[in-house]
Amino acid sequence: MKETLISLLQNEILVYVLMAIVPLLWVIPFALFAVWWERKISAHMQDRLGPMRTGGWHGWSQTIADILKLIQKEDIIPSAADKKLFVLAPYVVFAGAYAAYAVIPFSAAYIGSEINVGLFYFLSISSVVVIGLLMAGWASNNKWSLLGALRSAAQIVSYEIPVAVSLLAVIMVSGTFDLQQINQMQSGWFWNWFMFQKFPFLLLALVIYFVASLAETNRTPFDIPEAESELVGGYHTEYGGMRFALLFLSEYANMFAVSAIATTLFLGGWNSPFGEFLSGPWWGALWFLGKGMLFIFVQMWLRWTLPRLRVDQLMYVGWKVLIPFSFLIVIGVGFWVMLAR
Amino acid sequence: MEDTLATTESRLTRPDTVAGFGRQIRSEEMVINMGPQHPSTHGVLRLELIVNGEVVVDVIPHIGYLHRCFEKHCEHMTNYQQVVPYVDRMDYVAAMSNEFGYAIAVEKLLGIKVPERVEYIRVIMAELSRIVSHLIAIGTYGMDIGAFTPFLYCMRDREHVLDIFERACGARLLYNYMWIGGLSHDVPADFAEKVKAFCKYFRPYIKELNDLLSYNKIFIERTANVGVLPAEVAINYGVSGPSLRGSGVNWDLRKNDPYSVYDKLDFEIPVGKGLKGTVGDCWDRYMVRIHEMEQSVNILEQAADKLPAGDVQAAIPKRIRPNAGEVYVRTETPKGELGYYVISDGTASPFRIKVKGPCFVNLSALPAMSRGAMIADVVAILGSIDIVLGEVDR
Repeated sequence: MKETLISLLQNEILVYVLMAIVPLLWVIPFALFAVWWERKISAHMQDRLGPMRTGGWHGWSQTIADILKLIQKEDIIPSAADKKLFVLAPYVVFAGAYAAYAVIPFSAAYIGSEINVGLFYFLSISSVVVIGLLMAGWASNNKWSLLGALRSAAQIVSYEIPVAVSLLAVIMVSGTFDLQQINQMQSGWFWNWFMFQKFPFLLLALVIYFVASLAETNRTPFDIPEAESELVGGYHTEYGGMRFALLFLSEYANMFAVSAIATTLFLGGWNSPFGEFLSGPWWGALWFLGKGMLFIFVQMWLRWTLPRLRVDQLMYVGWKVLIPFSFLIVIGVGFWVMLAR
Repeated sequence: MEDTLATTESRLTRPDTVAGFGRQIRSEEMVINMGPQHPSTHGVLRLELIVNGEVVVDVIPHIGYLHRCFEKHCEHMTNYQQVVPYVDRMDYVAAMSNEFGYAIAVEKLLGIKVPERVEYIRVIMAELSRIVSHLIAIGTYGMDIGAFTPFLYCMRDREHVLDIFERACGARLLYNYMWIGGLSHDVPADFAEKVKAFCKYFRPYIKELNDLLSYNKIFIERTANVGVLPAEVAINYGVSGPSLRGSGVNWDLRKNDPYSVYDKLDFEIPVGKGLKGTVGDCWDRYMVRIHEMEQSVNILEQAADKLPAGDVQAAIPKRIRPNAGEVYVRTETPKGELGYYVISDGTASPFRIKVKGPCFVNLSALPAMSRGAMIADVVAILGSIDIVLGEVDR
């Protein structure tokens, strides 16, 4: 896609800017849709209807109205806050979340940056979010925010290990960090997906990755950094208006990013499940987004079903359950790959 | 407020200095203000948490944000009847139970006996409001732990009870239904069928609640062995109701000191057995409420079957003037032992009404349960003792 555009527009910088904007064209409508979708899902799980009025059909424009409201709100910075950090934090969080999209292969024709350490880049850039969250919590000068920020730092740092180790299992099978190549390896029918390879090791790796990614994105049952009933709002307690919207947007961007990685590594990315049926760059993008939305749905489903763990129990699950099992998977896959050679 | 803060500061331990990486790092305990605007303090309770990191060193409850001078108001009523709507507003999620106790107290002062139909209707109303109160307690407890959905399911079932109340007296929350010597209105003709239909409808949903919340692994992790209240401590604090029975003490006034027609009905008193952890932990207190709802359904079915025909108002004068004297009546409300101490000086208005509220007493045991727990546990413990601030502050 990059080469085609360069030959078409004859301007490299413009092409790079265009390439960088493409994920934004997905992320913002996705966040708007996902917030509405989550409200509808939660409502229907809870014997309610959810938003029904705004915009007519099932309140489809509720989140658009919400965003318009947030934009119009007064920009409040608490007088005791550390102003520079307070203002900067939402941008750092969003930058971290958005930068991860650079290596996500939306389609055979489109990937922001086809670097050969794509997965490695994803794992490292998503940690930038932690710095932003810590900044937000610290700068707010609110004890609840600080507690939330410290919780999220501890949580995201510890859950990065099972995430990385479970993804390592895929890397051992594929032999590359390049996400586009990993996708190409899974082409054909759905049994070629890595999820079904080296059964059951990679399927378990998917489960571990998914559970750990819930913690990475602060979703229930690991939503303790923003546990509403304990910490009021966690690190974003003091944020309002557009800054809050940005933090919220990055959260949903992050949700889709981890789902996209799960899709790419385990569910065949943009490959059609049925061989050549409905394949190609455009259909591929649809398959990719559809599979990503499947994970998003499961995340929402869990959120409205499960209670929340306590902070020490969260550490227990991370260090004593997920990490040992992910190492076992790596050892199992390692032996398999070695012996099968 | 400034005074309390000053005393709290003086209670903090001296800052510690810890050697680390070649320099001294200072660490000290921190005071966190929880409430009165906080999602999990169940109203306008303010908790002052002294924390060491996430571990709670001490909890100091500050109450009174909802103080409405209930007892003083009662002294200025022109008659005993006017107190009833005020009584409603104490424990507003179980208003019928509050009225029940007050009506018994004044009737005892008058030395009258109410018709049997009234007794049965009152028991039905009290048990229905026990179910409502426990549904709210369980639903909000789920929310405290982070599970949103059970709350909505509880609210759905609660609606059915409120419909029955509405058909009987027109109000859904604050009823003014149990008058002195009887009831404000007779119940509709199909009242007994409606109650039985509700019992039939509700039983399966208790199981649904168990599947969704009570036996959920994460829920058990969060509540078992948390906030353990040993029986001895509970008795010393004067804790009552499900919180006391959760500690394994078999004490329920409906059995131990029967009033109204409870001695003619067959039901059991569930107590905490420490199935998932220690006796007297949050899960036990929670589970006692679930079992009490089952028992209330049993009581409702029996009472609806036995409901006799008759009058719903004893023959008493419009304006009652009890002889000078005093009476103390305690009843088992959903939250615990609610006591009314009524003094009459022979005039038409009460000389003094003193209420012993269960939530107020149960709340006093919160610091004892919370020390050494984590911040998230304080939320779980507070939810498990099920307070209503309207009754704590009065």
